[in-house]
Amino acid sequence: MSKVKVPRKSTYVDMTAMTDVAFLLLTFFMLATKFKPDEPVLVDTPSSISEIKLPESDIMLITIGKEGQVFFGVDGQPVRAKALVEMGKIYNINFTEQEIKEFSLVAQFGVPIGSLKQFLAVKGEARTKIVQPGIPSDSAKNELSDWIWQTRLANNKVRVAVKGDKDTNYPIVKQVIATLQERKVNRFNFITSMESANQ
Amino acid sequence: MADIESGGGGGHKKGGKVRSKKQSTRVDFTPMVDLGFLLITFFMLTTSMNKPQTMEINMPVKEDLPPEEQQKIKASQTVTLLLTKDDKIVYYFVDGITGEPGVPQVTTFSKSGIRKTLIRENRLRNAAVDSIPLYRKRYENRDIDEVEYKKNIGRIQGFKNGLIVIIKASDDSKYKNLVDILDEMAISNIGRYAIVDITPVEVEMLKATPL
Repeated sequence: MSKVKVPRKSTYVDMTAMTDVAFLLLTFFMLATKFKPDEPVLVDTPSSISEIKLPESDIMLITIGKEGQVFFGVDGQPVRAKALVEMGKIYNINFTEQEIKEFSLVAQFGVPIGSLKQFLAVKGEARTKIVQPGIPSDSAKNELSDWIWQTRLANNKVRVAVKGDKDTNYPIVKQVIATLQERKVNRFNFITSMESANQ
Repeated sequence: MADIESGGGGGHKKGGKVRSKKQSTRVDFTPMVDLGFLLITFFMLTTSMNKPQTMEINMPVKEDLPPEEQQKIKASQTVTLLLTKDDKIVYYFVDGITGEPGVPQVTTFSKSGIRKTLIRENRLRNAAVDSIPLYRKRYENRDIDEVEYKKNIGRIQGFKNGLIVIIKASDDSKYKNLVDILDEMAISNIGRYAIVDITPVEVEMLKATPL
């Protein structure tokens, strides 16, 4: 009796199909990824049961930090550039071509317009390390109001979103809301995070 | 595992023709798959797929309307919520006959706190709120369409004798408190509310109320 010989099979697995799948997924994620714009402050938004999603474009974002610093940002590079030029006219500051270009790449900023030139002069990594004092929004010197107005003139479809830290003191929020109302923005959004109703 | 077939293997035989080695066209894909999945992992972790959520706020227009265009509301159908420090709420009703503010009560943002009061008071004045869950259910079962659902909800919440909530956040309160109370409005189906600045009288009232 001879033994039945089990034929030796190769352990080689064809990887082509797996590679296909891997790269398909990779392509998907690469295309779907939208890198988070760098934020000047870390903001912990309050939670709410609201399930309305924020639209992706035409958003003017007013961020209020924990200590009450106000940051301003808008999407769309031409809108940013136009708003800066108009702001320069109001405050008699001449921004160079280079500075306007630089500014149109800034997602959010929180410096008074007087120190915007120095802010834009700092390049790259170093800029993220600057401690930004926030845009003046009190009644004595309300630059935020002008930013809102000029942005709305530059892009009339823009919608306002307010993103506050949950531990921000109310007076500063009140100030921002009053500023918005003054500029006839009576409808705006508060950015929140998810929560269920039964808590 | 990661073998690249070397094809043929043996040397040429004695006396035979010199044949060029037949190279296998098979390439090992394992490292490529490794790389692929590494990149997938990276992109999956960095992707922020979820769009931020928002709540919509409608503030009244600042300009004063002429008296004939102003809406008249009864003082007795309002409740004033004063948001104060340590996540507490002080609320008071206004007496319908004398017009005097009632005794301020202290409560919290919890489920059994302000929500209970608001739901109770709203139901007292607007019995139709009980049918909101029914409409919601019918909408979820697709018995009624969105337009009809919204129309009915709007009609119930806008009932003219319903509870009107006046939200006044004091300077001691946090932004979180405001968002929480707006949430409570949505939960307790209160359609008519307003965010108003606090008055000096109410600041005094807060000082006098032990928390």
